[in-house]
Amino acid sequence: MKRLRARFSGRGLVVALPYLWLLLFFVAPFVIVLKISFSEVDLAIPPYKPLFSWYAEHALAIRLNFNNYAFLFTDKLYADAFLNSVKVALVSTILCLLIGYPMAYGMARARPRTRNVLLLLVVLPFWTSQLLRVYAWIGLLKANGVVNNVLIRLGVIHNPLALLYTPFAMYVGIVYSYLPFVILPLYANIEKMDWQLIEAAEDLGCRPWQAFYKITLPLSRNGILAGSMLVFIPAVCEFVIPTLLGGPNSLMIGRILWDEFFSNRAWPVASAVAILMLLLLVPFMMWYQSIQARETAGPSG
Amino acid sequence: MTSVAAEMAKAAPWNDPHARPYVELVRVSKFFGDFKAVDDVSLKIYRGEIFCLLGASGCGKTTLLRMLGGFESPSSGRIYIDGEDMSGVPPYERPVNMMFQSYALFPHMTVEQNVAFGLKQDRVPKAAIRERVAAMLDLVKLGEYAKRKPSQLSGGQRQRVALARSLVKRPKLLLLDEPLGALDKKLREHTQFELIGLQHQLGVTFLVVTHDQEEAMTLASRIAVMDHGEIAQAGTPTEIYEFPSSRFVADFVGSVNIFEGKLVEDEPEYVRIASEEFGGTIYVSHGISAAPEATVWAAVRPEKILMSTTPPQGADNVARGAVQDIAYLGDLSIYLVKLATGKVVRITRPNTTRHAEAIGWDQEVYLSWDPSSPVVVTR
Repeated sequence: MKRLRARFSGRGLVVALPYLWLLLFFVAPFVIVLKISFSEVDLAIPPYKPLFSWYAEHALAIRLNFNNYAFLFTDKLYADAFLNSVKVALVSTILCLLIGYPMAYGMARARPRTRNVLLLLVVLPFWTSQLLRVYAWIGLLKANGVVNNVLIRLGVIHNPLALLYTPFAMYVGIVYSYLPFVILPLYANIEKMDWQLIEAAEDLGCRPWQAFYKITLPLSRNGILAGSMLVFIPAVCEFVIPTLLGGPNSLMIGRILWDEFFSNRAWPVASAVAILMLLLLVPFMMWYQSIQARETAGPSG
Repeated sequence: MTSVAAEMAKAAPWNDPHARPYVELVRVSKFFGDFKAVDDVSLKIYRGEIFCLLGASGCGKTTLLRMLGGFESPSSGRIYIDGEDMSGVPPYERPVNMMFQSYALFPHMTVEQNVAFGLKQDRVPKAAIRERVAAMLDLVKLGEYAKRKPSQLSGGQRQRVALARSLVKRPKLLLLDEPLGALDKKLREHTQFELIGLQHQLGVTFLVVTHDQEEAMTLASRIAVMDHGEIAQAGTPTEIYEFPSSRFVADFVGSVNIFEGKLVEDEPEYVRIASEEFGGTIYVSHGISAAPEATVWAAVRPEKILMSTTPPQGADNVARGAVQDIAYLGDLSIYLVKLATGKVVRITRPNTTRHAEAIGWDQEVYLSWDPSSPVVVTR
């Protein structure tokens, strides 16, 4: 009885809970997807052939089909979509950082009262659904939308610009949607910084921009990394925004995944795409984790 | 080791009207909205001094320091360093360095990189940087910690890194904001003497801000006592302690017994003060400048009061009282004696013998002092 209690102590339970969660909602679905990725397409429900089948009476046959993966490498479409996704995610991350950093910096340096208002304004868009917000951008960017109308009224242009269904519109949508994910970790990071360090740097001969480059920027590295990961990883797999704003030419891996699953009903190929996408992102995650671990393990801040 | 303060006291450039001040503040004021942080301060600091700004928190001493560093600009008045007007000169162009109270060490750099930072900024050649940083780290005895990060150092070590970083650029003036505030008492005492030694070796002029009067007395060639943004008195530690110009200064620096009274005899060589608080007349063997019958205050330091069980000679400067409390501090004891008038007087006596004191609680004692001991102030 005593041993039992020790084994199911509160602490063990607390530690076990997140593992159980991950097992149930990450590992299990992953195994299922992995299984499907090795199967063959079939006209059935579900639309793939089982991996395991009884052969004769006592022998279990396992049929692993590698064609799905091979197919991804033979058709150039997939590689292009892959590279394009990474490119879009990378550009979006950089744009988010360039826009988000000054905002986070400004917020951190604002007075406490203004700071809370600004913080609220950053979080406010989350109160409406992302889909609605992306639809709002269609209204803004379309040929007779707000942006074109204003520009024509002002006499800047005479014919409406083709804004919607272009890469430009897609970037606007992605950057707009993910900006808070860069601002919040950066703000949390910069806000903690000791401003006297900047004064010390200026005292030692730094102009303000040099103090920023040599002190503020390196000290906000963790915020930059966290923000980048929070944008890059979901942006690689982004599906809604490229579809709604980017038009037919925005070839992204999320879109391919959707098409394979729902248009082609090619579950095995779609699963293979999903698995490869995951493998692509794992190195980034591990790199980030190792940096985080080094920061927290060492006494050096 | 003779300290710079001792040498400065001998030379006393502040008594020479022709001496050129190294740092000069001319009628400097600073407002934050309606709040007057610094109020019409004029100061002259001479080359090689350790000048202390002493005052309670909020008295404006840190604001004054920050104006010298260039982090705040005066609302009015001018600041000159080595003859140059500092108006509009940003911190990064001033021949001044500052040691921050929080030390403000860069956490992402090693000790070495921290110290080298200012030199790199000035584009000093690499070999020279290496040499000067190493020499400076040796000077503050941190040579073996060069590769450590600030978070891996103790408080005392961090303090020395901050000092090294601010001194390595050989500034004309080093500003120190509560330089020893974060250290414990033993280390603080030790570091005070180290600081004096370093200053002597390098010859840099120091301006120290502190709220600790003991620290100011130990370090300073001169002290300026600040109160509500104004300078209440500036002078050598001895002047401040023995000849305070006001009740505030007398009370702020060390402890003091203050007796209010009326000027009854005002001669060039002596004055006599009738004090109800004291319960008699106070005879002071030096003249003062005050109107006859004016209300004045006689300030007597606790260590200058003699205490005896038998009546001393003479009638002036003598009072009777009963010992109310005794605090034994080891090296000395503090006695609180309640006079017949109800006034409680503080007396300190060194414990010159190891045996129990002859004077105990509730004992009737006579208090007296030399006629030269009291300082008479008019405000």
